[in-house]
Amino acid sequence: MTAAPVPVAAPQSPLVRVDGLNVEFATEGGVFRAVQDLSFHIDPGETLAVVGESGSGKSVTSLALMRLIEFGGGRIAGGKLEFRGRDGVVRDLASADAQTMNRVRGNEIAMIFQEPMTSLNPVFTIGDQIAEAVRLHQGASRAEARAEALAMLEKVRIPGAKGLLDRHPHQLSGGMRQRVMIAMALACRPKLLVADEPTTALDVTIQAQILRLIRILQDEMGMAVLFITHDMGVVAEVADRVLVMNKGRKVEEGVAEEIFARPQHAYTRALLAAVPRLGALAGEPLPRRFPLVEIKEGGGGAFTEAPPQDTVTGSAPVLEVKNLVTRFDVRRGIFGRLSGRVHAVEQVSFSVKAGETLALVGESGCGKSTTGRTIMQLQAADSGQILFHGRDLLAMGAQERRSMRQKIQYVFQDPFASLDPRLTVGFSIAEPLTTHNLATGKAVEERVAELLRDVGLSPDHARRYPHEFSGGQRQRICIARALASEPEVLIADEAVAALDVSIQAQIVNLLMELQEKRRLSYIFISHDMAVVERVSHRVAVMYLGQIVEIGPRQAVFDHPAHPYTRRLMAAVPIADPARRDRERPLLEGEIPSAIRAPNDPPEVRALVEVGEGHFVARYSIGDFR
Amino acid sequence: MSTATSAPAIVVASDMRTPLGEFWRRFRRQKVALVAGAFLLALLLVAIFAPWIAPYDPATPDYMAILQGPTAAHWAGTDAYGRDVFSRILFGARISLAVGFLSVSLGGLVGVSLGVISGYYGGLIDSLIMRVCDVLLAFPGILLAIGVIAILGPGIDNVIYAVAVFSVPIFARLARGSTLSLKRAVYVDAARAIGVKDRVIMMRHLLPGALPNVIVYFSMRIGTSILTAASLSFIGLGAQPPSPEWGAMLADGRSYIGVADNVTLFPGIAIFVTVLAFNLLGDGLRDALDPKLRMA
Repeated sequence: MTAAPVPVAAPQSPLVRVDGLNVEFATEGGVFRAVQDLSFHIDPGETLAVVGESGSGKSVTSLALMRLIEFGGGRIAGGKLEFRGRDGVVRDLASADAQTMNRVRGNEIAMIFQEPMTSLNPVFTIGDQIAEAVRLHQGASRAEARAEALAMLEKVRIPGAKGLLDRHPHQLSGGMRQRVMIAMALACRPKLLVADEPTTALDVTIQAQILRLIRILQDEMGMAVLFITHDMGVVAEVADRVLVMNKGRKVEEGVAEEIFARPQHAYTRALLAAVPRLGALAGEPLPRRFPLVEIKEGGGGAFTEAPPQDTVTGSAPVLEVKNLVTRFDVRRGIFGRLSGRVHAVEQVSFSVKAGETLALVGESGCGKSTTGRTIMQLQAADSGQILFHGRDLLAMGAQERRSMRQKIQYVFQDPFASLDPRLTVGFSIAEPLTTHNLATGKAVEERVAELLRDVGLSPDHARRYPHEFSGGQRQRICIARALASEPEVLIADEAVAALDVSIQAQIVNLLMELQEKRRLSYIFISHDMAVVERVSHRVAVMYLGQIVEIGPRQAVFDHPAHPYTRRLMAAVPIADPARRDRERPLLEGEIPSAIRAPNDPPEVRALVEVGEGHFVARYSIGDFR
Repeated sequence: MSTATSAPAIVVASDMRTPLGEFWRRFRRQKVALVAGAFLLALLLVAIFAPWIAPYDPATPDYMAILQGPTAAHWAGTDAYGRDVFSRILFGARISLAVGFLSVSLGGLVGVSLGVISGYYGGLIDSLIMRVCDVLLAFPGILLAIGVIAILGPGIDNVIYAVAVFSVPIFARLARGSTLSLKRAVYVDAARAIGVKDRVIMMRHLLPGALPNVIVYFSMRIGTSILTAASLSFIGLGAQPPSPEWGAMLADGRSYIGVADNVTLFPGIAIFVTVLAFNLLGDGLRDALDPKLRMA
């Protein structure tokens, strides 16, 4: 125990009181102040959501509270972190010694992280890892700890918990791993759970399960939750109170319903306006850009509603995909025996007209990205046709096929990884031009400058390197590169998924603006139903490598006909706390695997038309019947 | 949107940083490697200007002064023919540096090319190249070099080929490793999506990524190669007398080690210091170039 254990346990006193917190990082460019003069409190049993965009200091705040910030090179430069322990003693964690912190961390305050794969040790079994936490803090015997581990796994509602104890992390899906992480975190019945973006890496249907689970466990165990997230939809689902942060400072704090209904600060308003809302375009057949919020002096904001995007021209499709099949072999053992096949894309057919956006939506592993990669020839197709203006790409020679790449271009998800870090931005944008001999000498420079201007950057950015740009700017550069060879089709593979909401809205608007100017056809691959609603003319929902529903966006969103589409829509968090307790179908179960035995292709049958241009799979796919 | 929600301006220096400038900024902090580099630069100048610097002709015997210890006239003494050991070491630097640099360049060029091709294409090509490398690696380096000399015949030119051969598999593995990890990078997919040819992808997007490791290994390997070349000369397979090769000088002097240890001592020191300098330089380069150590 530390000195002066004076119990000050007034019944209403908060569990955590942070006062004037300052966190600094020493960088080469001087001291970077990640959190500045931050004060807030958390009452026992409540959920405080800290929300902000990347770099807002929300994660730094949680790490400072756990005193883990020192491991990341940071320093608490001032302020108090008062925490009322189980014994009713209030301690200032900012000045606590290492011994005290070891007792608090994991025992009284537990933490779960974004990436459930890397936060579990791959070499130990699930049971051992949970038991370790129990033995460490509660001094339980080996057998007791194992029994406790089993009880915890049952508590987080893992089916077949007993069998899971002896499994290793890699044998579990992402959602299951996050449940195990939660079980580990809760093993010592902490007073406070710090959850840092716990569902960001998960699919929407799994995210809905985990959010609900955290709420149930919170009620059962009476613990408080500090929930860090960038997603306003998730905030609306979980938070009692909300703390909005920007650039290391508190912008606004209040009860969740108030923040959503009457945001006081202009930044909060801008943030909320940028959040794509499912149902925003109900009754509207055409896509529309995000409304822009202009922040005025004194905090007032004005919305400008964009006109609908009526860009589809002509009736002949630019790109047509017929019965596309892409499979991956799974080989085992030293002789590489074929043990199974991943049916990533199974008999997929669709077409895109000039100026049209077709969205491919679905959860991870549904084959939407593989479909895009196969069209782009980054992945070999097993069978089927990819017709570009009626000519089959798969039947062409290698030379001709390579030159066809001018006409179909790709924008990748991660703007940080898709630019070669050793080349200047100008060189990367010029690469398509020089590769296909579309310009030489001075003309290349002029074209690069023009492209940079088209995507809202300045021509003198061409001489810089990718690391000098922010995520949104890099994605603009990637779009400029994709447009360099004057393509007719652009495949955007989760192109806005890695960006902050406000940046996401800008990039989506840029893509739509470019479509209007150049009559581009987009294949917009996304898991985000709300963004899809904004951009697309037509939507194809994929599940286990097959299209289960395809049709005009309005028809699919207003009258989803396939049970999987309905389930996907229901799982999307809605940025409105008032609708938190809406009726939802019970979400259980995992997404089944697309791996099948070598000679056992899944059943694929023709889609049935249920409305004009609206087709639905009427037969069972996976567990949907 | 608005200025209020623009991305945070974390770090990022105001001026432009080229990869080369970035490297120099990091390398400058490696004091030991800087000293080693300066020494090697000086050695290179000495080697180039040896005919003008050396006080005596390295091959002219002086039977009036044989097996002398270090004196004011002969800083490192004289050998059994009365030749000035110091002058011979200065001329020997030409041979050792040339052998080290040329053999590693040759081995590196072949090895890196094979490694990048092997890593990029994979499959049968990869298996073939890597199995050949495994076979080459199964021999101790010196034995392999002796084998090559046995086929080509003794002589300093052939030592270059012999030492190059045993550098090939190591460079191939190194380049293959970094190619394997880099070819999964999204920007390589992006280049393929643009329609860039395989050859260009390897040269432009994969090779530069492998270079930092190759450069580090290149400098260390020169040290090893000098040592191997000296060993070959020592056993009489490399430079032939009266060539002032360091290894050959050791061999010459070993019969007189009891009467005049300076004849073996000074060439030995030359080999030792040069190899050490290359290794220290390599260490420094690695610290400056290794992306894994760059996190701090």
